[in-house]
Amino acid sequence: MIELEGLTKRYGEKVAVDNLTFTVRPGIVTGFLGPNGAGKSTTMRMILGLDHPTAGDVRIDGTHYDRLQDPLTYIGALLEAKGVHPGRSAYNHLLWLAQSNGIPERRVREVLDRVGLTAVARKKAKGFSLGMGQRLGIAAALLGDPRILMFDEPVNGLDPEGIHWIRTLMKSLAEQGRTVFVSSHLMSEMALTADHLVVIGQGRLLADTSMAEFIERNSRSYVRVRSPQREALLDALHRAGVTAVDGADGTLEVDGTPAEKIGELAARDGVVLHELSPQQASLEEAFMQLTAESVEYHAHTGAPLPPQQQWGESWRKG
Amino acid sequence: MSTPQPPMPHSAAPEWPAAPGAAPSAPGPAYPTYTSPIPVVRTHLGHALASEWTKIKSVRSTLWTLGVFFALVVGIGLLTGLVVAGSDPDLGGESPLSLGFFGLLLGSMCLITLGVLTTASEYGTGMIRTTMVACPSRGRVLAAKALVFFLVAFVVTLVCASVVGLLHVSLLEEHNAADPNAEEWLKGTVGVSLYLALLGTLSLAVGSIVRHSAGAITIMIAAVLAPLVIALFMFSPSLEDVQQALFEYSIPNQMSIFYANSLSESGPSGWDPLWIMLVVTGAALAGAFTLLRKRDV
Repeated sequence: MIELEGLTKRYGEKVAVDNLTFTVRPGIVTGFLGPNGAGKSTTMRMILGLDHPTAGDVRIDGTHYDRLQDPLTYIGALLEAKGVHPGRSAYNHLLWLAQSNGIPERRVREVLDRVGLTAVARKKAKGFSLGMGQRLGIAAALLGDPRILMFDEPVNGLDPEGIHWIRTLMKSLAEQGRTVFVSSHLMSEMALTADHLVVIGQGRLLADTSMAEFIERNSRSYVRVRSPQREALLDALHRAGVTAVDGADGTLEVDGTPAEKIGELAARDGVVLHELSPQQASLEEAFMQLTAESVEYHAHTGAPLPPQQQWGESWRKG
Repeated sequence: MSTPQPPMPHSAAPEWPAAPGAAPSAPGPAYPTYTSPIPVVRTHLGHALASEWTKIKSVRSTLWTLGVFFALVVGIGLLTGLVVAGSDPDLGGESPLSLGFFGLLLGSMCLITLGVLTTASEYGTGMIRTTMVACPSRGRVLAAKALVFFLVAFVVTLVCASVVGLLHVSLLEEHNAADPNAEEWLKGTVGVSLYLALLGTLSLAVGSIVRHSAGAITIMIAAVLAPLVIALFMFSPSLEDVQQALFEYSIPNQMSIFYANSLSESGPSGWDPLWIMLVVTGAALAGAFTLLRKRDV
């Protein structure tokens, strides 16, 4: 469990992290989402005791990080920079880490095996691809078999196979009862892995909600209709009390009415339809909307905006 | 945060009560969590030392700098010995150990480089974050680095200085060279090795303060050479005292005192250079420690 309370980091006049309060709980994958520069990495560095907070507090299972006697068995972290000496072999990199925390040397072989780097264990890290570097970082995080895992942008630079591997890994770690805290700037990635979502923008907390709730609140579903008899269709819908708005390329978009109903209404009036398709707006757009608001209005809430504004152009202008 | 948690149909997570804001958790976690089969160890300086020892011996640059050091000290020592012996001199009862001075002076550049790299290179690669995450006690990291480096530098210098000393004594014994007494042997091997290992540790502290390899190496090489060079250009009689002090307290002159052939007659003598270097290095390490604690990594 990671508990943040009013965590704040200021660099001179610039506020990087602004009064963050949230809790990362065990047993689930918690996604930490925000655009680049939102303060995700700074927050993670403060959790790990690397950066001193200007104000506020952060505790790992009730303890400050620098009070942990054997930190690697408590919390394993993959930070954005690889943090590996290019001239040192993967094996030796993990060996010195293990020694610093009194972790038995056999764990080095175990984690190398787990991330699939056994074959290159004696190779220097400078010859590693981005994906291999990420795997080595994950091996380092798993070394102490910790109950809390933190990954900063773990899928950066990975191929589809690697991305799939990380998703599966994070889910299995959470299922074992561990706390998994993973940052990303990709909503689509989080939608696939995270159970809970913490969204920040400009260092402020924008949302702290379960993934299911976030999807429910923010993904607008509608039906796209295209017809050569546009006016007749609008009449038919209007008589049934259904409102349609103009979509792209002369289509109509209908909110809150199932496709079946629209089809029946059109059939009753003998209106020809060329397209009748249920649509789901992407979470990526919902996320951009949410974070763009933080820039423009300094909103401090995760509540969704009224629908007519929600899909407006405001974020595109920003 | 205050909104009630809706059911999470797609997650296997149990329902947690809302986290009680400030209340710190009880030592034994009140919630089910993962427990590792790996035995929990209370770490101490020994773990940090083992870790730093693995670090220093597992990179090629350590072997290279120490290899070059050995080549410079022993190579130049052998050459001077052969050249002096070949010119058939009369040493007039002087100690042959002093011939090792030139090699060690040049070799000190290698120790400076290695000392700086031990700390500063971690900032270049970003590895310092990994190090500090693994060992959040920053003082312990610095102490372990300094100790491991000091011992490596001392042992390597001692071996080189002893080899060169024995070489010179055996090459020059038929040229009326004095047979060095125990005190001279001690100063010319252990003494100068302690001094050079401290000089390297000072570089390590400077590397930790500057956090930039090239910058720290430049500063240290300037610290070794600049006082002599500056003193050379102090012609004005009013600066005579300053010039004299710069000569006497310059690092090359301090090193030469271990062979009792100081470039000047006044100034530090005997074991003084060692105490001076000890104080300077201690102060630099204290400064590095204070900054390390205060700064973000």
